[in-house]
Amino acid sequence: MSRLIVLIVIVLGVLAIAQLVRLYELSSKLRDRREEEITNRDNKLNAGLLLGFVVFLFGGFIWLMLTYGWTGRGDAASVNGVETDWLLNLNFWIIIAVFFLTNSLLFGFAFKYVRKPGVKAYYFPHDNRLELVWTVVPAIVLAIIIILGLKSWNDQTDEPGKEAIRVELFSKQFGWTVRMSGEDNTLGLFDYKLTNENNPLALMTTATIQNAIDSMENGMSGIKALERKLNDRTIMLIPEERDLMVTDLDRKERLIRLLYQMKERHNPKLDQQAMDDIVFTEGDTLYLCENQEYEFNFRAKDVIHSAYFPHFRAQMNTVPGMTTRFKITPSVTTAAMRDKMHNPKFNYILMCNKICGTSHYKMKLMVVVLSKKDYKKWYASVSDKKLETNKTFKNVYPVGKPVAAPVNDSIPAGGAMVDSLPTMPN
Amino acid sequence: MAAHEAHAHHDAHGHHHHEEGFISKYVFSQDHKMIGKQFLMTAVFMGVVAMLLSIMFRIQLAWPGEGSDFLSFFLGDKWAPKGVLSESMYLGLVTIHGTIMVFFLLTGGLSGTFSNLLIPLQLGARDMASGFLNMISYWLFLLSSVIMLCSLFIETGPASSGWTVYPPLSALPQAIEGSGQGMTMWLVAMSIFIASSLLGSLNYIVTIFNLRTKGMKMTRMPLTIWAFFVTAVLGVLSFPVLLSAALLLMMDRLAGTSFYLSDIIVGSEMLENHGGSPLLYQHLFWFLGHPEVYIVLLPALGLSSEIISTNSRKPIFGYRAMIGSILAIGFLSFIVWGHHMFVTGMNPFIGSVFVFTTLLIAIPSAVKVFNYITTIWRGSNIYTPAMLFSIGLVSTFITGGVTGIILADSALDIAVHDTYFVVAHFHIVMGMSAVFGMFAGVYHWFPKMYGRMLNTRLGYAHFWITIVGAYGVFFPMHFVGLAGAPRRYYDYTVYNEFNTESFDMMLDLNKIITFFAILAAFGQLLFLFNFFYSIFRGPKAVQNPWKSNTLEWTTPVEHVHGNWPGAIPEVHRWPYDYSKPGMDSDFIPQTVPLMEGEEEH
Repeated sequence: MSRLIVLIVIVLGVLAIAQLVRLYELSSKLRDRREEEITNRDNKLNAGLLLGFVVFLFGGFIWLMLTYGWTGRGDAASVNGVETDWLLNLNFWIIIAVFFLTNSLLFGFAFKYVRKPGVKAYYFPHDNRLELVWTVVPAIVLAIIIILGLKSWNDQTDEPGKEAIRVELFSKQFGWTVRMSGEDNTLGLFDYKLTNENNPLALMTTATIQNAIDSMENGMSGIKALERKLNDRTIMLIPEERDLMVTDLDRKERLIRLLYQMKERHNPKLDQQAMDDIVFTEGDTLYLCENQEYEFNFRAKDVIHSAYFPHFRAQMNTVPGMTTRFKITPSVTTAAMRDKMHNPKFNYILMCNKICGTSHYKMKLMVVVLSKKDYKKWYASVSDKKLETNKTFKNVYPVGKPVAAPVNDSIPAGGAMVDSLPTMPN
Repeated sequence: MAAHEAHAHHDAHGHHHHEEGFISKYVFSQDHKMIGKQFLMTAVFMGVVAMLLSIMFRIQLAWPGEGSDFLSFFLGDKWAPKGVLSESMYLGLVTIHGTIMVFFLLTGGLSGTFSNLLIPLQLGARDMASGFLNMISYWLFLLSSVIMLCSLFIETGPASSGWTVYPPLSALPQAIEGSGQGMTMWLVAMSIFIASSLLGSLNYIVTIFNLRTKGMKMTRMPLTIWAFFVTAVLGVLSFPVLLSAALLLMMDRLAGTSFYLSDIIVGSEMLENHGGSPLLYQHLFWFLGHPEVYIVLLPALGLSSEIISTNSRKPIFGYRAMIGSILAIGFLSFIVWGHHMFVTGMNPFIGSVFVFTTLLIAIPSAVKVFNYITTIWRGSNIYTPAMLFSIGLVSTFITGGVTGIILADSALDIAVHDTYFVVAHFHIVMGMSAVFGMFAGVYHWFPKMYGRMLNTRLGYAHFWITIVGAYGVFFPMHFVGLAGAPRRYYDYTVYNEFNTESFDMMLDLNKIITFFAILAAFGQLLFLFNFFYSIFRGPKAVQNPWKSNTLEWTTPVEHVHGNWPGAIPEVHRWPYDYSKPGMDSDFIPQTVPLMEGEEEH
């Protein structure tokens, strides 16, 4: 019913405009006015409106700036972020000045030089001096912008220092997993073919390779099981299903050859690099230490994601088939930032910023920055836990799931809200 | 045969040209003027569709999770259960909105319409170099439009990995439903579109080189033609690269190759693909993608140069500098594509090279802006709707252009990349500018296209609603982006989990944006009404309504095949002799010979 009414209103509206236009045309005809002849009244009205519009535009801009400005994100919370903000503000002052100047000139002239009876336009086809001015001046300003920008970019993308802690962020639809590099500060090797339920990050050790070979050969839908099924004359298979199974078998046979190659080439001495890594459960909060440099390594399991830390002013895509990196040094603890923002519920976050599927907008990880003292306590609690879990897994799988079973009630697991900061057991 | 049955067109003035039938005149026409109009009609339709799609997802962004009759009316229960847009359709709408706007409205529609209409008319040619290829170009465009539209109606939904369709997401139907049949149709439609664009561009280039009338030196061509020329060259050099990107993607999807895929586990399926790189696709895509920005923008700038000069009754300031900056922009646009990839894992050193080249583009752009402003300075400005839209274009070109300086600077881009700041930037500088240029062109050349006048008052109302609405949409959007909001998010509830203040701010701004978007959409109804009404009922046009110098206004109002009933006019001067001192009239058409002792600008 309501649709019908809307439809009727639209039709009536169109008819009304049509009638108005007819009326307008008839009156134009009566007064012998043609569409292409713009009357002085119309011309002046539009010139005035142009001036009014630029006032509205500037007013709107100033209002938005005063109301929303930078507040949406808060101050930068990392060393490079502070520098980025400084440079960003400098650039903003430059472009805002240009925005005001050129728009004022444009609309100001448009208002001032509206056609006036008896005044002819000034024939002014070119002027080399003027043109030189507005080629050279922008070039100089841009040179400054480029030099400052590249300097900052080089700092940001330079090799991290030796002290930097290596952390891996592993992304998949639709979650993040943290892996810390452990005592040796070296992330263990990985290969995507080793992925299984026990080894979600596909870490590479002698044991995990053997494990992957075993499960591909003897597992539930492993090669042997598939062969048995395909050769069993007592089982009736739909042709499509048979085709699928044959394709699957072919692929697994090719993959297992690669796994055997991997096994031959693997250097067992490198096992330890992976064995001491701390792998968290998917969605577990990322804990960082204040004023500590980090080198993040990014991996993607399925499609491209992007690790975006809005408060650290940093982001990097995670790309299947390659490792990407960047470094950041968080400089403000979560607690300090909460005080600063007068918002006891504020948290840092890691969001996905490259479209990755339907639940893209839910893919996030909470981030907590602790003071050095708190961080040490937290780290001790997870690394202890790691050793314990490693024992239970008999070193087949070199990782623990320390935070899933909370060390302390106040250390949140999963993607839960981090309302209060963890208080560490003494 | 059908050609003879249908309504034969009786020419009352008795020109001695071949009588055409309905089919060969309106459908399979090889006349450039008709093909231009066909492009325009198709583009207007596509533009309306893409605008409606944007209103649908704007409703979701302003009122997340609330049912809307509008959505359930258009999308039904499957895509909008209880009137709430589904997540997958949201992404589909975003993707198809972008694709249609960039390619079908602003590439096919803008360059297709006005290059076809104006190149032969302003150069003094009887038609395009090849009318037949020109016709094929349009029909391929129509075919690809139809395929793209059909992909909205299939069961698994349209392509939904963003208009850039980055693999692996776009290559793996397991990762998102839209990457199934919808993506296949997207790729097919785009491949056909590229063929259409190439045929068109080659035709434009050949025509401009070979079919200029006597006296029409390259340096006497109107800036519109220069802009179309450089646009066509950009298209010829860059679209084939997009075609290769699309074909390789097709192979990855259908033939099991690994150009873009490596080490992937999707769902629980371990793929064998190894050695490919998703970055390869991004390089190929943006090698087209960035020149594409100028393929969209340059025709708009060309049209507005002509309109501003005519309506300020002044020569365009710095004609040669304008040509120089068009050429410089065209050249630079090929060596800046990497600024879309600062955070993709590309080597940071290559990134810094792209920072340098990208920021250089600001120089010719600044020259153009200041030249426009100087043209308006001390002019005798007449505010036709076309002139208003041209001034709007210069304003949006500035406003959107300056934020580009932030985004081109890799050190700053890393903080705002892929946020709404980027969305605001390119919608203003590319979307609004090009759309304003297109409207300006339609208002200015409507008398040439249809022999009738558009209603000026409705044109005014349309302009003022559009500029207020469009700035109202995209200005606040910068602030959403500065608050850190990533683009292509279905809603921003995630903000509730870490900063509720940001969440409230974002929702406020999104409501403002959606309000203005709906306002602007209603404004377009005025245009549509004016456009279709005037085609049939508008007052008859005179031959040269705007008192303009260029050759198209020397052709008769009634279209004839071959454009000029008699001999082709000869050109004696540049097209910008407005208000020349010592002359009686404030305009001197290009066909008027130089007077004795008169200097040519």
